[in-house]
Amino acid sequence: MHRSSEVKHVASYLNTRGCECFGQPCESHCPVLTDRTIHVQLKTFIKIRVKPDRTGVVTDGVKHSMNPFCEIAVEEAIKLKEKKLVKEVVAVSCGPQQVQETIRTALAMGADRGIHVEVSGKDYETLGPLQVSKIFAALAKKEQADLIILGKQAIDDDCNQTGQMIAALLDWPQGTFASEMTLEADKMKVVREVDGGLETIKIKLPAVVTADLRLNTPRYATLPNIMKAKKKKIANVKPADLGVDVCSRLEVLKVDEPPQRQAGVKVETVDDLVGKLKEAGRV
Amino acid sequence: MAALFKARRALGMAVGHGVRCLSQLAELPELHQMMRQTCRDYAQKELAPIAAQLDKDHKFPAKQVKELGAMGVMAVEVPESLGGAGMDYLAYCLAVEELSRGCASTGVIVSVNNSLYLGPILKFGTEEQKKQWITPFTTGERVGCFALSEPGNGSDAGAASTLAQQEGDEWVLSGTKAWITNCWDASATVVFATTDKSLKHKGISAFLVPMPHPGLSLGKKEDKLGIRASSTANIILEDCRIPLGNMLGERGMGFNIAMQTLDSGRLGIAAQALGIAQAALDCSADYAHKRTAFGAPIGKLQAIQFKLADMALAIESARLLTWRAAMLRDAKKPFTKEAAMAKLAASEAATFVSHQAIQVLGGMGYVTDMPAERHYRDARITEIYEGTSEIQRLVIANNILKEYQQ
Repeated sequence: MHRSSEVKHVASYLNTRGCECFGQPCESHCPVLTDRTIHVQLKTFIKIRVKPDRTGVVTDGVKHSMNPFCEIAVEEAIKLKEKKLVKEVVAVSCGPQQVQETIRTALAMGADRGIHVEVSGKDYETLGPLQVSKIFAALAKKEQADLIILGKQAIDDDCNQTGQMIAALLDWPQGTFASEMTLEADKMKVVREVDGGLETIKIKLPAVVTADLRLNTPRYATLPNIMKAKKKKIANVKPADLGVDVCSRLEVLKVDEPPQRQAGVKVETVDDLVGKLKEAGRV
Repeated sequence: MAALFKARRALGMAVGHGVRCLSQLAELPELHQMMRQTCRDYAQKELAPIAAQLDKDHKFPAKQVKELGAMGVMAVEVPESLGGAGMDYLAYCLAVEELSRGCASTGVIVSVNNSLYLGPILKFGTEEQKKQWITPFTTGERVGCFALSEPGNGSDAGAASTLAQQEGDEWVLSGTKAWITNCWDASATVVFATTDKSLKHKGISAFLVPMPHPGLSLGKKEDKLGIRASSTANIILEDCRIPLGNMLGERGMGFNIAMQTLDSGRLGIAAQALGIAQAALDCSADYAHKRTAFGAPIGKLQAIQFKLADMALAIESARLLTWRAAMLRDAKKPFTKEAAMAKLAASEAATFVSHQAIQVLGGMGYVTDMPAERHYRDARITEIYEGTSEIQRLVIANNILKEYQQ
């Protein structure tokens, strides 16, 4: 199939979800719904509390904002558009009415239009990477997207699965944990941050890329762009329209707060320390 | 019949507009919420972390001013055709408040450029003057300043002694201006000088002077109590020659221009004061949660609770006054009295709240480890510049008396 060298659509998936744990109690990193600053270690003013019935965290009345990695994804998409390498940037988010705010933030950054896939109530509470990736795969086919950029993971559930699943469903190549991406004709050169260092791969479009922290620094929306964002369109779609069943195959058993920090014990000598570590079975 | 229809329609529109105004007070429109959030994010991430150091070093935040220029914040009301953001005054007040919450000095730099420099040129300038003196000052690359006060007169603006004499096709300015914010970092200034001393305040005219310029020199940077990242100094004019085309507005209009400019400018300062007050309240409430005494967080003590309540009340009242004045201005209605009330309420709120903040923090409030002492120092000037609290009271009283004119 002839592939034109001009990339038509870049769809950016925006994550503003609450917590899901995939079959495991999320005790080690209680999901944090933050004011987008967690990755720069500024203080957050929201205290996360587990719901009394231990099925999740309290999300009512908590301010939601765009997932930081998704912000980086949107920024990259807009950069590609500014370099005239892509024609249109579409920002997509799945969730209840309030995700429209997040989509509008993406529009204010420079995305051309938005798509709001409406998922609310119980469905939203159990919405996870598998359903989202199905929705996204369906949208990608419908919109004839050439490139999908997402954040590498959501900071509330740290699942790190959506991008990979989308690629699998569409049978597209994927470049995950991207710290650099360069379009070369119909291939995307992606530098990936892996445990051993940096890995450079070339993937053929259409493809999925997930953004890592060092890919770029997202811009602040300019006031004129905020004004323009008002006029840009956000289409409303339901998962059923895309033929996707959002029923979850997983059941959250329980959600607990991390254990309270215990007081430490002071020791006098190194021998004491080694002795105590041995006692505790750590050595 | 047609007249009745017209009247009913006008009333409907007025009511509709009024309802819209009222609901704006209850909740801001989405556009304004978005830009407020953007400014808040910027202030939290880029200004708050460096504010203390900027204050210590008396350093002009040039990089941040350029970034704010790129965002459109240095020229909020300037139409897009001239390079501005083309938003309304309410949006501008929200921006200044949020930025001042991060760094009060940056707040005043933004405010002076928008209200005191760009404001009068936008309102009274010719198309030529607008292109020359506005567009380069919208990007954050250059800032302007406003030279009205003199060593001999601040509140008594009508007694300007700086002279402007016409010599051929030039104006020659001579005299000294005092307390000019931004002047060490500015590339242009609006100067008020008297073209006819015998006419007293009706003899004052406004002029546009580029900086640097032969005949214009700057005095030493004042060592201030607060807003130290913003430069303040004298401007000394000695045989300073400018083309005739540099007069802003008509001859003798200067005092009028100054007063109208200050009417709007004081909303910018009200917003700055709100930002400082809010930052002080943030600091206190956070501390009240964390600091324990007598076996519990001090936020449980009524003494602290009453303080926090009074602080929040002062801020919210002043904020609503500021929004209302801004909305009146946007609706092109008279807003002088409301603007004076807003500035008075906000600046007194800022000094009250920052004073109480130090009290809530106790010893920690007195040291530079916590920002409370900086808020206290920054707040004080808001009761003085762009019209002292005493002048605001006079303005309000005059308006009240006019309303009740026999």
